Amino acid sequence: MVLTQSPAVRRPLVMLLVGLFGLVLAGCGYNNVPTLEEKAKAAWGEVQNQYQRRADLIPNLVETVKGYAQQEREVLTQVIEARAKATQVKVDASTITDPAKFKEYQDAQNQLSGALGRLMVTVERYPELKSNQNFLALQSQLEGTENRVAVARRDYIQAVQAFNTEIRTFPGVIWARLFWGAKPMESFSATAGAERPPAVKF
Amino acid sequence: MTLAGRFAVLLLFLLFPLFAAAAEPNYPALTGRIVDDANLLNAEASARIEQKLKAHEEKTSDQVVVATLPSLQGYPIEEFANGLFRAWKLGEKAKNNGVLLIVAPNERKVRIEVGYGLEGALTDALSKVIITTAVAPKFKNGDFAGGIEGGVDAILSILTGDAEEWQRRAQIRSDESSWVETAAVIFVMIMVFILIVSFMQELGRSSGGARRHRTRDGRWIVLPPSGGSGWSGGSSSGGWSSGWGGGSSSGGFSGGGGSSGGGGASGDW
Repeated sequence: MVLTQSPAVRRPLVMLLVGLFGLVLAGCGYNNVPTLEEKAKAAWGEVQNQYQRRADLIPNLVETVKGYAQQEREVLTQVIEARAKATQVKVDASTITDPAKFKEYQDAQNQLSGALGRLMVTVERYPELKSNQNFLALQSQLEGTENRVAVARRDYIQAVQAFNTEIRTFPGVIWARLFWGAKPMESFSATAGAERPPAVKF
Repeated sequence: MTLAGRFAVLLLFLLFPLFAAAAEPNYPALTGRIVDDANLLNAEASARIEQKLKAHEEKTSDQVVVATLPSLQGYPIEEFANGLFRAWKLGEKAKNNGVLLIVAPNERKVRIEVGYGLEGALTDALSKVIITTAVAPKFKNGDFAGGIEGGVDAILSILTGDAEEWQRRAQIRSDESSWVETAAVIFVMIMVFILIVSFMQELGRSSGGARRHRTRDGRWIVLPPSGGSGWSGGSSSGGWSSGWGGGSSSGGFSGGGGSSGGGGASGDW
């Protein structure tokens, strides 16, 4: 009956169907893919932010340590080089979906974590440095930043897990393939010593 | 497909809390400004500190909370403190202005966990200074009440530092991820509203006497904003309002939706 009516009458029906379709899409998680993607990207931004903050602390730290422990040239050079390498790694939007680029970024940051850890152990031998106010402030800032890095990494891992699960499991996989073209994101793998801040004792 | 889709969604909802719960430690309930599960404070000291915290929150809206724990359940204090802070949602959601002083006497660990919004005022370095000068020495002598009160006094005095007030306000960070969520929800609601409006316009414009008559009868779908917004408002407030509470105003004590990203410092004694 409806089909025999004029187009003017059929149009509302079409509109209704489109509206219903929209609701069904939303109900089936059509919006979950971009929502989770944005969350993961925001979490990634925070990770970069905190790693950058750590890199910014290092020149000051190195200068302060130099003043007291000049003979530790080797450890200091390692830190400076690792920092240079870590800040040279190009990071753009494709980094989190490109396994090779992501690994490069992670490796560079891990190397810097290792070098910093060695520096902090070396510093134990210099009681004068350890009682320097400037050094103490830098040290607590470094500890705090390492902890923020750990939190940001944990948040990112969770956000990526949610996103990757969404685009690989049932309703989400359809939207991801057909409409969004979403690629799974890379996540951090736990490496020995990278997860925890370097142990610093007073 | 809809049925299967719903079923899959249902399954996810049923399973997801299990996974999430499995990875989290057991957090105590937020029963007040001082949650003294390790029994370090006597009633008098507890009431005195609580009064200070309450007065500070009424003045500045900063939410400072003390927690003492019999056990960290095998977690490092940094991880436990951050999880507990987020579980309790200390501070207002828009300002993230919470601080958590957490004491684990059995592990001999103490930490000040600072919300995003207060990182500029209560920096890592200042938190460390508080722990090493006001808290740890007293803990070393077994004076837990004195250490906790000293720590609270120091935190409050830094937070009320008037010179830094404006600077701190400038550095308050908004919660980006929830902003995206809210924007997405509003966008979807607007789209649905536009669809309904255009559908109704089509319906109203369609010709034919009998049809129009029926349309007028079907006033259940009349356009004026009251109908549309009432419908969408109803569907939105249920699911999305939970995190938005002001927190501090009501009689019972609860967090206001704030979060922390691991700012602050830890120490031991």
